[in-house]
Amino acid sequence: MKSPRGLAIGFLALVIAACVAGPLFQGPAYAQQFRDVPDAAPSRAHRLGTDDLGRDRLARLLEGTRVSLLLAPAAALLSTLLAGLVGATAALAGRWIERALLAATDLFLSLPWLFLLITVRALLPLNITPFASVTVTFVLLGSLGWAAAARVVCADTRALCSADFVLAARAGGSGRLRLLWRQVMPNLMPVLSAQFWVSIPVFILTEANLGMLGLGVAEPLPSWGGLLRELEGFAMFSAHWWQFMPLVLLVVVVGCFHLTLHRQEISI
Amino acid sequence: MRRFATLVARLAVVLLLGGFLGATLVRFAPGYGVDEAELDSRLNDASVLALRQAHSTDESIGRYYLHYLENLMHGDLGVSRALHQPVRTLLAERFPETLKSVGYGLLLGWVLALGLALLPMLMRSRAADMFAGLFAGAFLCLPAATLALFFVMAHETGRLAIGLIVFPKVYRFARNLVTTHAAQAHILTAWAKGLGSFPILMRHILPAMTPQLLALAGVSVSIAFAAAIPVEAICDLPGIGQLAWQAALGRDMELLVNLTMVVTLITLLSNTGADLLNGRKAQARASA
Repeated sequence: MKSPRGLAIGFLALVIAACVAGPLFQGPAYAQQFRDVPDAAPSRAHRLGTDDLGRDRLARLLEGTRVSLLLAPAAALLSTLLAGLVGATAALAGRWIERALLAATDLFLSLPWLFLLITVRALLPLNITPFASVTVTFVLLGSLGWAAAARVVCADTRALCSADFVLAARAGGSGRLRLLWRQVMPNLMPVLSAQFWVSIPVFILTEANLGMLGLGVAEPLPSWGGLLRELEGFAMFSAHWWQFMPLVLLVVVVGCFHLTLHRQEISI
Repeated sequence: MRRFATLVARLAVVLLLGGFLGATLVRFAPGYGVDEAELDSRLNDASVLALRQAHSTDESIGRYYLHYLENLMHGDLGVSRALHQPVRTLLAERFPETLKSVGYGLLLGWVLALGLALLPMLMRSRAADMFAGLFAGAFLCLPAATLALFFVMAHETGRLAIGLIVFPKVYRFARNLVTTHAAQAHILTAWAKGLGSFPILMRHILPAMTPQLLALAGVSVSIAFAAAIPVEAICDLPGIGQLAWQAALGRDMELLVNLTMVVTLITLLSNTGADLLNGRKAQARASA
């Protein structure tokens, strides 16, 4: 099953390259309005047409993809770091700290984080800038998604601490920090890497859900969630294919992220 | 009995801490205490200041939470700022609708997931396994809100969308369990000796999978409740998911904290129920 994985990685690389290279070509800006051609069909000037405010759909799709593909991995990195920090500290710092940290982890696992997310997201000031709204949305995602992985990291760290090579290093005079950095961390990398890759599609989909509910990234900055919101105004059979392009791209990109994961990584 | 008491005590502590965390997050969220009315350009500085002062009465997080707990003991969950109704009344009105949606969704999700996870094993067909994987994978890549939107466009009941959101997550886990158990030596021996797929499934694989499936059942309840927010909001189903969305848009902290607490309680109860059932099964196995 190596070829679907290779194809997925290739497609993701292509999408990322298109997003990075997009601004290099002189296309219209994502917020620029062409008021004489609102809701236009694809043409040479606007490859995917324009939306109902006359903004170029392709420019908005590229910018939205850039926002989602830059910030979802950033949020995943934050949640992975938190999981690693909490899990490793719980396993190494002694019984009481371990209990307290695992209780906090249980608490986070029990909380309905989508409810918390919309609660905090909804309480942002109304005049928040688009950049601040996108940053806060993804920081919230990252800071709420670490709990399940922290438990796995804690269990793995505990197992590693009693492994022969760690005992040998300890007997050789390695301190706690050195043990953690040189012996434990390298062996935790597969778990942390799996958490990172698993989190990315989850965060992309969560942002899309928030965006469709009007609680995502603020206008005029596009994100996949914001672009999908436009679908709410369509009827199934009167909509045109180009209006579904953000959804198609999102589904394919999320699918590619799932395909890049190894089977054992997605076994929860 | 001791195990039960421990679980209940844990539940109470987590619930209290969860409520406190919810209140803290809300209290320290940027924009707390800001009223939309402040943006009204007709208001002068004094009016804006008066508005701010009106919202700063419950500023301390400790006081806010203690006040909330005290009222909770008397069955008073406060009044919704956005909808101008007691939160208790709103919850009583909306909760049955969500229970119905979540119930249908869980039923559909589990039937589909278990059916598609077990069928390829029963048929011993790689093609069926691949089809099931692709089918589940397609739903795994769709945002819940988009799925709900398709149901609206097709004039179908949105409740089923919750099932299709729960299904791929349960399927993925159930399929991995089936694959792991089906590869065990005693199962391979049973197959080699000519025992049929169905007896192997019923006697060996399903009993071994039950504890993990029970644990997953608890988790799937919280997945279904989370899915209820976009589904009910998009499909216009008057449940607590839609209520949470309306409260978020109306910046109704009182309502949102209560909704978070209620859903936390349900999640905890379902997980505790799964733990207790698993404990009872383990005890029965040990005594046998």
